[in-house]
Amino acid sequence: MANPQLNDKGELTHLLTLEGLPREVIGRILDTAVPFVSIAERDVKKVPLLRGKTVFNLFFENSTRTRTTFEIAAKRLSADVINLNIGVSSTSKGETLLDTIDNLVAMNADMFVVRHGQSGAPHLIARHLSASGRAGIHVINAGDGRHAHPTQGLLDLFTIRHYKRDFGALTVAIVGDLLHSRVARSLIHGLSTLGTAEIRAIGPQTLLPAAVESLGVHVFHDMGDGLRGADVVVMLRLQSERMKGALLPSPGEFFKHYGLTQDKLKLAKPDAIVMHPGPMNRGVEIDSAVADGKHSVILPQVTFGIAVRMAVMSMLGAG
Amino acid sequence: MKIEIANGRLIDPRNDFDRKATLFISGGKVAAIGSTPEGWRSERVLDAGGLIVCPGLIDVSARLREPGFEYKATLESEMHAAIAGGVTSLACPPDTDPPLDEPGLVEMLKHRARSLDCAHVYPIGALTVGLKGETITEMGELSEAGCIAFSHADAPLADTQILLRAMQYAATFGYRVWLRPQDAHLARGGVAHDGEVATRLGLAAVPPFAETIALDTIFALARATGSRVHIARLSTQDGVALVRDAKRTGLAVTCDVAANHVHLCDTDIGWFNANCHLVPPLRSARDRDALRAGLADGTIDLMCSDHTPVDDDAKQLPFAESEAGATGLELLLPLTLKWANEAKVPLASALSRITADPARVLGIEAGHLGVDASADICVFDPDKWWTVERSSLKSQGKNTPFLGLELPGKVKYTLVGGEVVYTG
Repeated sequence: MANPQLNDKGELTHLLTLEGLPREVIGRILDTAVPFVSIAERDVKKVPLLRGKTVFNLFFENSTRTRTTFEIAAKRLSADVINLNIGVSSTSKGETLLDTIDNLVAMNADMFVVRHGQSGAPHLIARHLSASGRAGIHVINAGDGRHAHPTQGLLDLFTIRHYKRDFGALTVAIVGDLLHSRVARSLIHGLSTLGTAEIRAIGPQTLLPAAVESLGVHVFHDMGDGLRGADVVVMLRLQSERMKGALLPSPGEFFKHYGLTQDKLKLAKPDAIVMHPGPMNRGVEIDSAVADGKHSVILPQVTFGIAVRMAVMSMLGAG
Repeated sequence: MKIEIANGRLIDPRNDFDRKATLFISGGKVAAIGSTPEGWRSERVLDAGGLIVCPGLIDVSARLREPGFEYKATLESEMHAAIAGGVTSLACPPDTDPPLDEPGLVEMLKHRARSLDCAHVYPIGALTVGLKGETITEMGELSEAGCIAFSHADAPLADTQILLRAMQYAATFGYRVWLRPQDAHLARGGVAHDGEVATRLGLAAVPPFAETIALDTIFALARATGSRVHIARLSTQDGVALVRDAKRTGLAVTCDVAANHVHLCDTDIGWFNANCHLVPPLRSARDRDALRAGLADGTIDLMCSDHTPVDDDAKQLPFAESEAGATGLELLLPLTLKWANEAKVPLASALSRITADPARVLGIEAGHLGVDASADICVFDPDKWWTVERSSLKSQGKNTPFLGLELPGKVKYTLVGGEVVYTG
């Protein structure tokens, strides 16, 4: 199975998933992101790496945060950015997904940043572009269904590396709704590739996908057991539509079992960091005292996210 | 017309015949095998040297897409695909638009098919009106119009009481009921096997026990009603075991598997290959191996193509939104030969799964080449490998997981009722 995001020379042509992305490529992205963090602290926050390039932010699913960070990243690289909030799935009447892409290609797009509610939509677009001889246009997956959110995974890796350094000595606990989480999937693939000592998945059976162990995680249903000795705690967002019904009885009961409180956090290592991809549901998956506490690196994640996205875009745009 | 098919290896699984013999055809029927009838004068001689001569293939599930889905395929295109694949009889499921729930629709379909002079078409009627799972159809009228069985195709039939009533009613008159075993609630929204691949790709999944729970229900109802049930498109290892047990206890049940499921598993989805979006979903390698074993030992009676031509637009979508199904009429023979080669199944037994066995399950007088049998015949070269390409398929649907791959077995002649209807 050829990796559709690398060219014959092993260079990154799209960023679709962290699965199968070589360790060196991940390392290069993270290394490239380091100087971009400091650019944000300068008076003039711009570099000319993507000058003259046109980036389309193509969001078929609503998102403010991710779209904004991609927009900032592209603008800091001096690209022209067009935001399209399509907000409906391609099955609804009218233009198909690939028709939309063809139209934007005709407007001389250089890069697509795609968020879509269906797993695999960015792969479909990338395949379509190469099949129609437009392999020079790059696709960045900004989240597809439950499948992948590779730039989030990369910024999580960047954050962990920033605070913890050696992945080979780390225990990372990921807590909550892994079933529906593209963030968790991407992070798990990235952590495995970088040789993380132990990755734990913590949640009720209803929120863990089948054969989740096959991704290389240890499953814990008891949060206390799962947090014990962890260096990194990643809390996942629980979508509101999943808080009640057949998956979970109520947000309150979820918080009781799987919400991160200061007491539970004491089971992790004393210098553990707490991460969250945002937006947070305070009092559902995380207590405010933890979210705003000294272990929390949730806001630095956002800052690093821009640098990581700049790194990805600049590497693709330079290729 | 008097036709002689000379020098071929004649394989007739039902009559346990497998040797080099010349076949003589007259008046649309097999006139003699081996020895030339007295006063015989051939009007046409087909040289079958190095080729295999077998009964025309019988495909128990081929969607012709009419009425309602003519933009995906037409009766013309698919009937030509059938004969190009050596298929001389086929049964079509009722999931057309509108579904085959009225005698008029069935008569029209049969009439249109007959006028094309290709394969014989045996419609399977809808078990409930509109395949909605609410009201049972006029099975008597539909049978008279030509339906040979009744099914719910892939439409969910969640209400077990309706299923019971439908089976009771069908059993009263001796109609066959074809059911795809899948618990409608457990399968809701799922597009892939509930395992490692679906988890990796983030696809909503159908657990394997959606099949076994449905099988348990169907078998209990079959025992209660005495209904003659055929299980369509088995997909799991545990499902094969349940069918094997049911047969062992004497339940009159038959079952089939789709050719794709005999060869592929969920890992073939790769990075969201929509041509591998099938119903039932491609399952694990272990399930596939169990299906192969079940097909070899007869637990699974037959193999079908589950032919479903889909237009490109409906496949050029994210995996879960793409329409399920694969074109298959022209691949049934190659995939049977591939299975026979790989599983070391004798050719005659393998061919039985696409000739004599489907004839038995459908209850039709076809699928063999005894004297006086209708001369529906497939002559093919088992050693000729060919590449499956869009241009090599007659079917309007180009959607198959095997695109770009080489398969063995090329049809040279197809005869229906003693007439050569296809020459490859």
